[in-house]
Amino acid sequence: MSFPRGRALPAQSVRVFGALFVVGFRRWSRYRLAALAGAFANTVFGLVRSAVILAAITAHGGALGGYDELTGVTYVWIGQALLGPIYFNTWTELSDRIRSGDVAVDLVRPFDLQAQLLASDLGRAAYQFLPRGLPPLVVGALVTGLALPTVPAPYLFGLLSAILAVAVSFAARWLVNLVAFWLLDLRGPMALYSVALNVLGGLVVPVHWFPSWLARLAACTPFPAMLQQPVDVLMGRVSGWAAVLTLAGQAAWFAGLMVAGQLVFRLGVRKLVVQGG
Amino acid sequence: MGERATAYRVLIGSRLRSQTAYRRSFAMDLVAGVGVTAISFAEIAVIYSNVDLLGGLSFAGTVTVFALAHVCFTVADMMVGHLGNLPAYVRTGSLEVFLLRPLSVLGQLATSDISLRRLGRTGSGLILLAWALAAYGVHWSPAKVVLLVLAVGSGTAIFAALFVCGAAVQFWLIEGGEFAAAFTYGGHYAANYPASIYTLPLRLFFTFAVPSAFVAYLPALVLLDLPGPSGLPAVLGWCGPLMAVVSWLVASMLWRAGIRHYAGAGS
Repeated sequence: MSFPRGRALPAQSVRVFGALFVVGFRRWSRYRLAALAGAFANTVFGLVRSAVILAAITAHGGALGGYDELTGVTYVWIGQALLGPIYFNTWTELSDRIRSGDVAVDLVRPFDLQAQLLASDLGRAAYQFLPRGLPPLVVGALVTGLALPTVPAPYLFGLLSAILAVAVSFAARWLVNLVAFWLLDLRGPMALYSVALNVLGGLVVPVHWFPSWLARLAACTPFPAMLQQPVDVLMGRVSGWAAVLTLAGQAAWFAGLMVAGQLVFRLGVRKLVVQGG
Repeated sequence: MGERATAYRVLIGSRLRSQTAYRRSFAMDLVAGVGVTAISFAEIAVIYSNVDLLGGLSFAGTVTVFALAHVCFTVADMMVGHLGNLPAYVRTGSLEVFLLRPLSVLGQLATSDISLRRLGRTGSGLILLAWALAAYGVHWSPAKVVLLVLAVGSGTAIFAALFVCGAAVQFWLIEGGEFAAAFTYGGHYAANYPASIYTLPLRLFFTFAVPSAFVAYLPALVLLDLPGPSGLPAVLGWCGPLMAVVSWLVASMLWRAGIRHYAGAGS
């Protein structure tokens, strides 16, 4: 199939991107109960995870990998709050469209498909930020207490880092979904991706606790940029120029994964055959 | 009764044949399953690379708990985990098809997607379990062998009951799937660790409200000859089957109420 693109002018592109962002936001804002249910699940997991982290820190004599008891549970609760927006569930929006052939319709549209989905995914994250993020933080503050920074800089850098994390997460999910061009059943690769993200991203235990070989392995993947790094920046563990450097690293992962996503997508489109008439 | 058994045999047989028809895809799923176990296990390995004891258990002790929970959960997930898709059936109206057939809806849903590929996870869980029990140096007795077999059976039944409960509440909360996930996947996550690390309220919740501790931690206490933490005497390790029966009573009541509540998707 041919791959029509570049028909929209830059100014139009920005407008379309903005409109899709708003659509993504409004689409997800319809499912209030789902957001509440997600926040509830994240909170229950937060209680269990903070118990695990606390037990490990206590067993190590009150401090482990730069975390004491309070910063350890704070790491857990901020992670639980960011899970929803960054999107740790299985995302099959693109692979479903590839499998059903609907992607053919997307290819006819005068706006790049990757940019379309990125815009609506950022809109989704913007909506989920508060309803899925606040409840775990409130419960965490009440049950275990939180060690939040008292200066504004970590919040500002943290917000940017969280947005970049959503973008990196989107670019990675896009790439995994493209496997649908070559495989019929994506459940295996999806499960592997999700578990790799959970461990190497620093969700289950902080990357700072990894033995050095595993830490090196994690550093070669985009996963820490999706959770560990925004949490580090938000907690003020990484600040000043180091925070700027972290943001730059996240931006580089985003750019690299998006370009790779474009290339693989074009390869996939070249072999795509859609039935019907 | 005989006709029903034949019907289920045919249904399950057809699923198994269809899954093994694509050999390469099936093999890849099996390998992915082993990978999933290995990576979940990495969590515990990382923690123990920093500490020697967690909640009073050594590495081999916690691996016993993790592996036992993993085996039970993966078998339950293979049989009824896909019940979580119930909202999709309700939304699209395809549940009516199941209601029209002369077999139980739960039985049909369970047999609609039994996926053998998940056996990769169960197999690697069994290997971990065998390693952990050997590494810990368990003093075996006939009673402990019986307990281990009972624990796998009742643990699987408990997780399966949690899945059924989670699916049943979907009849009321069509878009609230993650409420159920908090109890099914949350219950599994909590079962991976010695319950002694939880604060007392959380420990009691994951023992008597969501019976996670009965799956792995409590039987493991008996197997490893350890006393329980406060609120959980080790003798509870023998009560898994009782808890499985109670969970199934609750699950079947909830499921029936859900089916009665269901009024169709309209149109």
